[in-house]
Amino acid sequence: MSDEKPFVHPYIPNSVPEVKEQMLREIGVRSVDELYGDIPERLRFRGRMNLPEPLTSEAALKRHVEGILGRNRSCAEALSFLGGGCWPHYVPAVCDEINRRSEFLTAYAGEPYEDHGRFQALFEYESLMAELLDMDVVNVPTFDWCQAASTAVRMAGRITKRGEALVVDTTGPDRLLVMKNYCRGVMSLVPVRHDPVTGGMDLEDLAVKFTERTAAVYFENPSYLGLLETQGQRIAEVAHARGGLCVVGVDPISLGVIAPPSHYGADIVCGDIQPLGIHMNFGGGQGGFISTRDEERFVMEYPSRLFGIAKTAVEGEWGFGDVAYDRTSFGVREKGKEFVGTAAALWGITAGVYLALMGPQGMRELGQHILQKSQYAVKRIATFSGVKAPRFRSPYFKEFVVDFTGTGKSVADINQALLGRGIFGGRDLGRDFPGLAGCALFCVTEVHTKNDIDSLAAALEEVLR
Amino acid sequence: MKLRAFHQAKWDEEVIFELSTKGERGILVAPVENAIANEVGDGISALPESLRRKTPPALPEISQMRALKHYLRLSQHTLGADLNVDIGQGTCTVKYNPKINDALAASPKVAELHPFQDESTVQGALEIIHRTDLFMREISGLDRFSFQPASGSAAILAMASIIQAWHESRGEGKTRDEVITTIFSHPSDAAAAAVKGYKVVTIYQTEDGLPDLEALKLAVSERTAGLLITNPEDTGIFNPKIDEITRIVRAAGGLCGYDQANANGILGVTRAREAGFDMCFFNLHKTFGTPHGCGGPACGALGVVRELTDYLPVPLVDFDGEKYMLRHDLKYTIGKVRSFYGVFPAILKAYAWIMSLGERGLREAANVAVLNNNYILEKVKRIRGASAPFAPGRHRIEQVRYSWEKMTKETAVTTEDVALRMADFGFHLWSSHHPFIVPEPFTIEPTESYSKAEIDEYLAALRKISDEAYEDPAKVKGAPYRSVVHRIDHSSFDDPAKWAITWRSYLKKHGKGI
Repeated sequence: MSDEKPFVHPYIPNSVPEVKEQMLREIGVRSVDELYGDIPERLRFRGRMNLPEPLTSEAALKRHVEGILGRNRSCAEALSFLGGGCWPHYVPAVCDEINRRSEFLTAYAGEPYEDHGRFQALFEYESLMAELLDMDVVNVPTFDWCQAASTAVRMAGRITKRGEALVVDTTGPDRLLVMKNYCRGVMSLVPVRHDPVTGGMDLEDLAVKFTERTAAVYFENPSYLGLLETQGQRIAEVAHARGGLCVVGVDPISLGVIAPPSHYGADIVCGDIQPLGIHMNFGGGQGGFISTRDEERFVMEYPSRLFGIAKTAVEGEWGFGDVAYDRTSFGVREKGKEFVGTAAALWGITAGVYLALMGPQGMRELGQHILQKSQYAVKRIATFSGVKAPRFRSPYFKEFVVDFTGTGKSVADINQALLGRGIFGGRDLGRDFPGLAGCALFCVTEVHTKNDIDSLAAALEEVLR
Repeated sequence: MKLRAFHQAKWDEEVIFELSTKGERGILVAPVENAIANEVGDGISALPESLRRKTPPALPEISQMRALKHYLRLSQHTLGADLNVDIGQGTCTVKYNPKINDALAASPKVAELHPFQDESTVQGALEIIHRTDLFMREISGLDRFSFQPASGSAAILAMASIIQAWHESRGEGKTRDEVITTIFSHPSDAAAAAVKGYKVVTIYQTEDGLPDLEALKLAVSERTAGLLITNPEDTGIFNPKIDEITRIVRAAGGLCGYDQANANGILGVTRAREAGFDMCFFNLHKTFGTPHGCGGPACGALGVVRELTDYLPVPLVDFDGEKYMLRHDLKYTIGKVRSFYGVFPAILKAYAWIMSLGERGLREAANVAVLNNNYILEKVKRIRGASAPFAPGRHRIEQVRYSWEKMTKETAVTTEDVALRMADFGFHLWSSHHPFIVPEPFTIEPTESYSKAEIDEYLAALRKISDEAYEDPAKVKGAPYRSVVHRIDHSSFDDPAKWAITWRSYLKKHGKGI
């Protein structure tokens, strides 16, 4: 390296040669290479990494990256009706203001003293979610709904000491893939059929399959297909009567108007916080929550951090800290519950901000707004000949299935034609649900105006003509 | 060296529920257009009675500025890396996260992308993923990367899943039921393997601080499924026999996964390929400069050799020379470890970080991280009561696990006491992962981001506290004094009758107020 010009980079203060020299002298070596003395020559990489010439000026870097990103056409530049686990909702400016703060953005794993605010913000997130869910325990977020559902099922397995879980076959496809991999070799997942007319769970199939080996039944409300499960109470009763648990995945943004799963017998509730003030981020905005009653047999099975509130040495001061730390893998490695680590804390803080802003009234109004908008969209789409909307009879929230099979056109062709009109049509369900070939999943939220929905209807009219 | 007269912000801020005033609003939701209401009614009537929420959630009611102020105050109660010399959270690689990268990720061209958009509308995003894959191949010597795992632990889980799927595909899934790791590897190397049903075999270190090779030779057998190991381990000692370890495990028929969550000291210096690994992963939120975000969102970039490409989670991003596309048809895929394609903003930020530094910059970052670390080692060894166990006289890579054992014996001041006192100077000091193999441990990892002057300031605080421990131990044991709060009463945290994980639970168990 001695024949090269010094490389001084703004991110590396001690790349200044004089400083480097001084530090080497204090260590008592002549070159940095000496510090690598423990790495034998056979393990040294003496080649060059084939990387592009660096763009060391920030201006050039910005131009380069923006050039690549310019090839994206985002949902802000089109009219999108895509959902399916990542949803467009309005993000209040305060949410971005808080999660872009240096203090939160660049903090990590400090103590509950100098990082008191991180602990408090996440404790408050747990507490705000607990009100929404009407349950007493919520974890510090995990990666996403997929992980939350996987862990919820594994928790149920440990609590009941049973090795099998029933999963309704309308469960989100990503969710199912993650759950299958997470349970492989330890728990088996058995599908339960949905009723082809209502889209809800087939209770006869449930009754046959829920045995003394079954730890839990898992369903989603609303389901991946947007359908509301109206038989929650009966499903929970079947599980409980046979000594098992009821695990429910839920979209938290529905809970201002829709009863939380704890009201119809759920023992473990899970879901995603992305709707609560977090941008879609190409699917990078997900965060998973898990919630239970405050019973030791449940709490001790969480793998996650659980931040609790306590007093300090000074009267009137709130302190925070880890509850039951010794159940975690941080505490006892493989003897802990699953594993814990970095996941989605910043999104947890953000979701807390969102719920604090929305309040009870806001959540109710938003839930109602989404119900009305999605019902209106269905009404408009259902008018076209050969189109069946909604495909299933159950009530729905935010998303609904549109069946185009009667039009003689494929979803792919329809979506291509819509794309040409600046519209991202509904998710083609054929690949993930062979029984729903020719159907698409549309998502309508508060970000859509009546005009937007009317534009979709007008475009569909042209496309289907 | 001047020690600053620091005092952290202390707002004596309420818990958010205490700020509620009935009727206040933080943000409004527009009602639907009249025409829609006329057409569909109130929307709620479509729901059966049993599905309607009867009582509204008991969320607080707070005006916008007060809610904002609350969270801004909590942010001031948090010591992010941007505000301190964040070298005391060893193993976490807390380095500078360039602001330009955050600004790029905040663009609607990123924030408002939906993962199910037509591929033709997300070519830019797919290109970033593909190009970052190419970079990671160069850095590791391996052949293909997935960015789906959303953390290092998730990447470890993915490696354990690939180990499982590989043996199952060869008919040895049932018989190979053990995964080997080492005690100084990250706890998740053990824990994530156990999630997959593996029996975990942990190799301890010998006197030189490195895993016991003889114990490893005894541990491998026809039951060995694989190895998950960190190197350098938490001690910062590079394991020169790492290739012998992989040879032993491979000879027994196991796959080898390299935990390179933290590769900050070895970029361009030594690679997974030469060390004989089948898989590795890098935490983009550590080595590649993306923010830690209080603990995520994040990315564990998972790389494999060609033979294991078909086991990766789906989809991968392919490039045919003209366009980028998602590829789902991998024969032995483990399925998925996270929804969609992982945390895209983290991938983008890592891409920008690498593009800013290039080949030489990456090597320089590693070199300076190692220089800084050995400079600190030299200085800490001279602090009264501190020591650097194992490998005396040898240099370390990116971090060192130190010990206050001597100080604790002589003064009763523990590593936890020192950590809390460090908060009074505006610093973090993290002890270590459990179990404490090194007594009274602390781990320092300077990265390349902090100047010599900043490092000297941190060292001055350590020296000052050591002096205090020997002269006035009560002072240290009473800390913190200038942080946000004082010593927390932990007694309720392990007591189911008293612990309170939510505010409502606190009120139920302890009554209103403090």
